[in-house]
Amino acid sequence: MIAMRPDTDTVRDWLGEVPDPEIPAISVVDLGIVRDVAWENDTLVVDVTPTYAGCPATLVIALDIETALRERGIDKIDVRRKMSPAWSTDWISAEGRQKLLDYGIAPPQLNAANCAGMLSAQTAACPQCGSENTEAIAARGSTPCKAQFRCRDCREPFDYFKAI
Amino acid sequence: MEPLVTFCLRMGDTTLILGQQTAAWCGHAPVLEEDIAFANMGLDLIGQTQLWYEIAAQTEGKGRTPDDLAFFRTERQFLNAQLVERPNTDFAHALMRQYLFDAWHLPMQEALCDSGHEAIRDLAQKSVKEVRYHIDRSRDLIVRLGDGSDESRAKMQAALDALWPYAADLMATDEVEAALADQGVLPGLDRVRRAFDAETAATLDRATLTIPENGHARTGGRTGIHTETMGYILAEMQSVPRTFPDARW
Repeated sequence: MIAMRPDTDTVRDWLGEVPDPEIPAISVVDLGIVRDVAWENDTLVVDVTPTYAGCPATLVIALDIETALRERGIDKIDVRRKMSPAWSTDWISAEGRQKLLDYGIAPPQLNAANCAGMLSAQTAACPQCGSENTEAIAARGSTPCKAQFRCRDCREPFDYFKAI
Repeated sequence: MEPLVTFCLRMGDTTLILGQQTAAWCGHAPVLEEDIAFANMGLDLIGQTQLWYEIAAQTEGKGRTPDDLAFFRTERQFLNAQLVERPNTDFAHALMRQYLFDAWHLPMQEALCDSGHEAIRDLAQKSVKEVRYHIDRSRDLIVRLGDGSDESRAKMQAALDALWPYAADLMATDEVEAALADQGVLPGLDRVRRAFDAETAATLDRATLTIPENGHARTGGRTGIHTETMGYILAEMQSVPRTFPDARW
């Protein structure tokens, strides 16, 4: 039997169904952390870049990717950590941003380099009512990558995915 | 020890011990938001530790893992700055310790973004983005609580008086840093000191706090000399791996 070697676009489509363990509304591909997919002989190599250095989901993500590919019949998989260039929220896809919004998380502002590190320079529209009349409550939310905001109009609190 | 290994341990030990101290606030901070903030920042620091230890272990080439470095070294083998091992006396001390660390850590990471050592440059370009958020928070809180009520101001000033002498240890250098500066691994150290002085002068002034004038400085952590709190931190941090050395889960 000839070993199955699906093309890398197909593999990317499959990975597009692997949810981020902490924000399951979006996939690891939406998040922009799958940097490369390539065959090296009969091994499928997936380059993944961590979001934050200490993100506890990093190990789970590698395991989830491996499990998903194994279920598709690939048995030689090498998930490699790629540090450089450092991940930026600018890499979250347009589809990913919409999914975050639908899930109730305000997506990060684009062009992170302009405001990264300064929450005061970032604004978030309320994912519930769309109002831009919002305020930051705390720089950290349920995960390191999010801050807590509140809408001054509909009064709902919400998470904002910080630009980095 | 090779200067590069010593330097990576100085950096990684400092972020590890602060991460450990910071994590101890989980469930104890005065408000929920700050509880979460400290815990999350501790995660960033421990993640950065992992990266420093990987470079140290790889350079050393003795087959040690980052876990070996964290859990199976003794007090004198830890090379962290003394500042980060100072106790979680109260929220003011924890916050001031964090701020003084951040005021050094940010320019240090910015300098390392130009390092001639590829893995260190990659580490810095990743970490610097996290560290900008760290100082954004700690600076804001230092000003709010310093320039706050009489009580909050008194607590912040007491924390500054207690911790300021230890800030010197963050910037203590010897032949290790000199060797790495010569090799282009560690560029711009003089800028780090100037940036620290400018940052702390401006922010502490806005916070209406006074930098202690006696200039007394405590150093030694970078060569393995620690204060009385260090042994307790390691005892707690290392107890499980030392009791069950090969445990996996």
